[in-house]
Amino acid sequence: MKTATDSIPYQPASAPDYIPTEHLAALQLARLKATVARAWDRVVLFRNRMEERGLTPDCIRTLEDIARLPFTVKADLRDTYPFGMFASPMAEVVRLHASSGTTGKPIVVAYTKEDVDVWTSVMVRSFAACGVHRGDIIQNAYGYGLFTGGLGAHYGGEGLGATVIPISGGNTDRQIMVMKDFGVTVVCSTPSYFLHMIDRAAELGVDMRELPVRAGVFGAEPWTESMRRRIESLTGIKAFDIYGLSEIIGPGVGVECSRQQGLHLFEDHFYPEIIDPETGEVLPEGAEGELVLTTLSKEAMPMIRYRTRDITAFLPGRCPCGRSLRRIRRIGRRSDDMLIIRGVNVFPSQVEAALLEVEGTLPHYQIILTRQHGLDQMEVQVEVTPEVFSDKIGALEELNQKLVRALDHVLGIRAEVTLVEPQTIQRSEGKAKRVIDRRSQ
Amino acid sequence: MKIQQLSLFAENKPGHILGPCRLLAREGIDLRALSLADTQRFGILRMIVSDSHKAKALLEAAGHVVKVTEVLAVEVPDRPGGLVGVLEAFEGTQINIEYMYAFPYRKGETAILIFRFDDPDAAIGRLRAAGIHVLESGEVYGR
Repeated sequence: MKTATDSIPYQPASAPDYIPTEHLAALQLARLKATVARAWDRVVLFRNRMEERGLTPDCIRTLEDIARLPFTVKADLRDTYPFGMFASPMAEVVRLHASSGTTGKPIVVAYTKEDVDVWTSVMVRSFAACGVHRGDIIQNAYGYGLFTGGLGAHYGGEGLGATVIPISGGNTDRQIMVMKDFGVTVVCSTPSYFLHMIDRAAELGVDMRELPVRAGVFGAEPWTESMRRRIESLTGIKAFDIYGLSEIIGPGVGVECSRQQGLHLFEDHFYPEIIDPETGEVLPEGAEGELVLTTLSKEAMPMIRYRTRDITAFLPGRCPCGRSLRRIRRIGRRSDDMLIIRGVNVFPSQVEAALLEVEGTLPHYQIILTRQHGLDQMEVQVEVTPEVFSDKIGALEELNQKLVRALDHVLGIRAEVTLVEPQTIQRSEGKAKRVIDRRSQ
Repeated sequence: MKIQQLSLFAENKPGHILGPCRLLAREGIDLRALSLADTQRFGILRMIVSDSHKAKALLEAAGHVVKVTEVLAVEVPDRPGGLVGVLEAFEGTQINIEYMYAFPYRKGETAILIFRFDDPDAAIGRLRAAGIHVLESGEVYGR
């Protein structure tokens, strides 16, 4: 049975979420100066880049001066593998995590004891923002291990005083048994894995609407409002979006509150900017662009102006929940996926949204770009599925037309749609290869 | 009364229907009737086979998209006006023929017409009322 979420106990840990804006700015500036000085002193790559630009830590006098600093990108972490970005000696490092890179070497991230404490505190605040409290039973289905999700959520849950079940990912039947038998009230996982859990529960005859579970804290991958609605309607829980990345700290960089209108960023520890991904210029408040984050408290691995590749925008005004922390729009896509076709920015996620809208489920697809007579041509090959196949030519041509119209509507450019036989688009074991660009041939 | 027809999606490219046809041949499945509808980009291979369940399972296991639909088979005299007699049964009704194909039968004495109606049950009613013989599945598959 679901319990009411209105009477959330007072959470002292959330106090920094309501810091007055002018105090926040002063705190950020003091922390930024300390972080830049630390990185300058201890990280060769950062110092070299500063010196190339004729900069010293003294150049940071106001928060706006951050725009003078060089960016850090993921490749920098790979190039300095494994420990080249560390600003603390190993004797002070208490934890290492690593990301499973899809290509080549992983990236390694480090934490001092104080870093782990900061991480725990932002995860406590994240859970509190989602209405989780002492007395809750958290099923933590994020993977434990080198991935930051498992331990990040674990420490946050314990720090909050809740009961944490460190079940990790996988073994779905056991997940459902534990959820049911242990009286779980909160689930943490990737949204796609939770959807899988919902399907499996239904097969096992378990109706999550009948269980005490009332909230889900979902992250580690982009997801959509329609996925949220689906999760909430199938289970009766409230589904919250949490954001983070290992390079910055792990989960707990930002999170939704009870209003579910954008993600609050923990600006006292992470300084956000939105830039134009093409020019690198800082964009005016409210404009859509790439999120750039600077850590303000990290000791072992300070990150200066780290380009997240995530596309979002600051939301205007103060959240009705009362928090003074600024909010960003939920992240639906990444800038390194972006294609420019006839001058129009196109993301594979937009193509997916159009296909999903027409077909109900996402078929296998591939985008093929060519250039004919100097003009970009976009073809979307879509595998025919049993659900949409018809013995009538007219019905298939109508499907084709619907797909063309939906793509035109979402992208603003005309794409050719080709229905292809099943299994003709190459499958990949890691990240799917969605785009074949033959424009330079 | 209703006959099961298999439809298979194929891209309109050289060699694309050879694979499924070869598969059916190897498994001893006989094609009783077939028609290929095509557009510039893709085609639909429609078949009436000796064992539609087995054929569907085989084709799906090989990764093809297959659909089973119910069609009607009607036997008419193979002479001018044979088809007209059937079409006249639907004159003045709202019953629509989605598509049809035909093949000669009994050494040219009769022809079998395969019809895909939007409303097969209503169509059966009209055909019966007009005294037209609608073939049973055994008459088509087992001939």
